[in-house]
Amino acid sequence: MADVVLKAVRKSFGKLEMIHGIDLAITDKEFVVFVGPSGCGKSTLLRLIAGLEDITSGDLLIDGVRANELTPKERGIAMVFQSYALYPHMTVFENMGFGLELSKVGKAEIDEKVRRAAASLELTPLLDRLPKQLSGGQRQRVAIGRAIVRQPKVFLFDEPLSNLDAALRVQTRIEIARLHETMGATMVYVTHDQVEAMTLADRIVVLSAGNVEQIGTPLELYEYPDNLFVAGFIGSPQMNFLEARVAEVGSGGLTLTAPDGTPIETLVATDGVKPGDKVKLGIRPEHLELAEVGETGTISGDIEVIEDLGESHFIYVRYAGGTLLTFRANGLSTVKPHSKIALRLPPNCCHVFRADGKALRRRG
Amino acid sequence: MSGRSALTRARVRAAWSFLAPMLIVLALVAGWPLVRTIYFSFTNANLSDLSNVKFIGFENYLAVYDGEWAGLLADGYWWRAVANTIRFTIVSIALETFLGFVVALVLNAEFYGRGLVRAAVLIPWAIPTIVSAKMWGWMLHDQFGIINDLLMRLDLISAPIAWTADPNIAMWAVILVDVWKTTPFMALLILAGLQMLPGDIYEAAYIDGVSPIRVFFKVTLPLVWPAVMVAVIFRALDAMRIFDLIYVLTSNTRETASMSIYARQQLVDFQEVGMGSAASTLLFLVIALFTIIAIFVGKVKLGQES
Ligand SMILES: Nc1ncnc2c1ncn2[C@@H]1O[C@H](COP(=O)(O)OP(=O)(O)OP(=O)(O)O)[C@@H](O)[C@H]1O
Ligand SMILES: [Mg+2]
Repeated sequence: MADVVLKAVRKSFGKLEMIHGIDLAITDKEFVVFVGPSGCGKSTLLRLIAGLEDITSGDLLIDGVRANELTPKERGIAMVFQSYALYPHMTVFENMGFGLELSKVGKAEIDEKVRRAAASLELTPLLDRLPKQLSGGQRQRVAIGRAIVRQPKVFLFDEPLSNLDAALRVQTRIEIARLHETMGATMVYVTHDQVEAMTLADRIVVLSAGNVEQIGTPLELYEYPDNLFVAGFIGSPQMNFLEARVAEVGSGGLTLTAPDGTPIETLVATDGVKPGDKVKLGIRPEHLELAEVGETGTISGDIEVIEDLGESHFIYVRYAGGTLLTFRANGLSTVKPHSKIALRLPPNCCHVFRADGKALRRRG
Repeated sequence: MSGRSALTRARVRAAWSFLAPMLIVLALVAGWPLVRTIYFSFTNANLSDLSNVKFIGFENYLAVYDGEWAGLLADGYWWRAVANTIRFTIVSIALETFLGFVVALVLNAEFYGRGLVRAAVLIPWAIPTIVSAKMWGWMLHDQFGIINDLLMRLDLISAPIAWTADPNIAMWAVILVDVWKTTPFMALLILAGLQMLPGDIYEAAYIDGVSPIRVFFKVTLPLVWPAVMVAVIFRALDAMRIFDLIYVLTSNTRETASMSIYARQQLVDFQEVGMGSAASTLLFLVIALFTIIAIFVGKVKLGQES
């Protein structure tokens, strides 16, 4: 039972404000992921919720109670650190039990709790080992286990998987998803890995330079990014952006002129734009379609590089004005490097951003 | 397999060639004098004539003349010196470790002007012992010393105290000055240990709501323990051969004489090189024994706590 609400939360280090008034309501049992480029304030925001940093202004409510002045323990949170933060001189068992001792639970109960958590994370055979005798993945599981035994209302994770190799990341990611399901706790998770964000999150909070850019479900962010920043940040490989001009404002959408003069139909809201306005046209690599060279309404360029990945392939196309476009399609490529290629932009997949960066809502 | 052992051989050779110069220098400046001292301790050598020495076995250590025990081990004065040295070592190191820990913890915290305080704390350690001994000698002077003057003015004492002359107080005066001088050294070694500790585990403990006192005893202390042990051993080796402070600060009394003072007295004042060498040899054995015990106990304790 824990919802976490941030109201106009600000944080300054000395004179420098790093978090600029964040409003966020995390509901009970929700899995919320903070993403954003390095230095945007993800960790800082998490540490504000944890109580490791003081909130400069604004309110933090946990379960409806103002928590700004509460200790981490009173807030009922547990945190898993990127560096694991295990006590080097304690065994796995002691590491997991250390936070429990002294809270009125008896030795037998601690023992039981630790063993149950260890069993669920497959740590039982390692209970007597020291952290230095564990692999990175095992250490991370101990760190997670230490958080579990506390049975917190809110779990906080700061890039818990970033020190693991790719295979272990996937495995531990699935473990965390399972944990969320069985524990039924609220979880806040910081990462700069999109795949982690997209797969784990109920809702993603995209941060940039201490501001919230957009909050939404993974699919919302993917389908309807609010602005250029989110559009560019969510999705891999990145969305293609073209400079364009509004040629005509229609009833269903806009007709744009691409840099090479090609007219492009789009299906978007038309508020606040008029013919002649400069806009940005965005389209994801996987939404471009291969077309015949010379077909009307297509853009064409020279193929620079082809990457065949087996189940799909990427084609990098040098387009008018020097822009490099990425085109992704299934199966193996059928074209040759350095030949000409034409790409179609389906109107319902086009994103249009005004000069101020705001997206025009797609109608597709 | 053979490649590996060839590599190992090359490594061992390299290690020896790096160690050799050091070992040779050590043998010359430490080994040879030690051997000479041990040799003299079995002779009747006299400072006035070192060319004519006779081997007399253990007589310097223990002998029977006319039905009476003689030699070092039968000399009450020597045992007094041993007791003084041990008392000085234990009390001064206990105080220095405790105070050093406190100072180190303070210096480890972040506060304004920390760099300046760190430098200032080191001043007593930077002053040569002879100088600080003289300085304290004056401050503790029974008639003209500032300390008696201060205490009198504050009405804490009614008559001047003979800090360095009164046999009951003199040892405490010596300990006081040693603590003043050496606490910074302890603090610095412990501080170095504290700064090696990872910061994130303290945040983890804070998140888990572990009280700071418990964190100190269960996390900080065990982790910094090896550094403390090194500091204690360093200091103990130093303290057991204490000489200059006592020599300068207190008059040449038996009440405060240490083993080194005793050895010097035999060697120089009484010209008994044999006797003095025997005392020096015993001092060496005591220090060696202590070092071995300290390392052993330190390890055992570490093993239990981790
Ligand atoms: N204790 C501090 N004092 C001063 N500035 C700080 C402090 N902690 C963080 N900052 C600044 O706040 C900003 C946000 O830092 P934060 O650690 O939250 O970034 P992040 O989003 O977690 O980045 P990363 O993905 O690299 O971990 C950075 O510009 C950083 O320099
Ligand atoms: Mg971070």
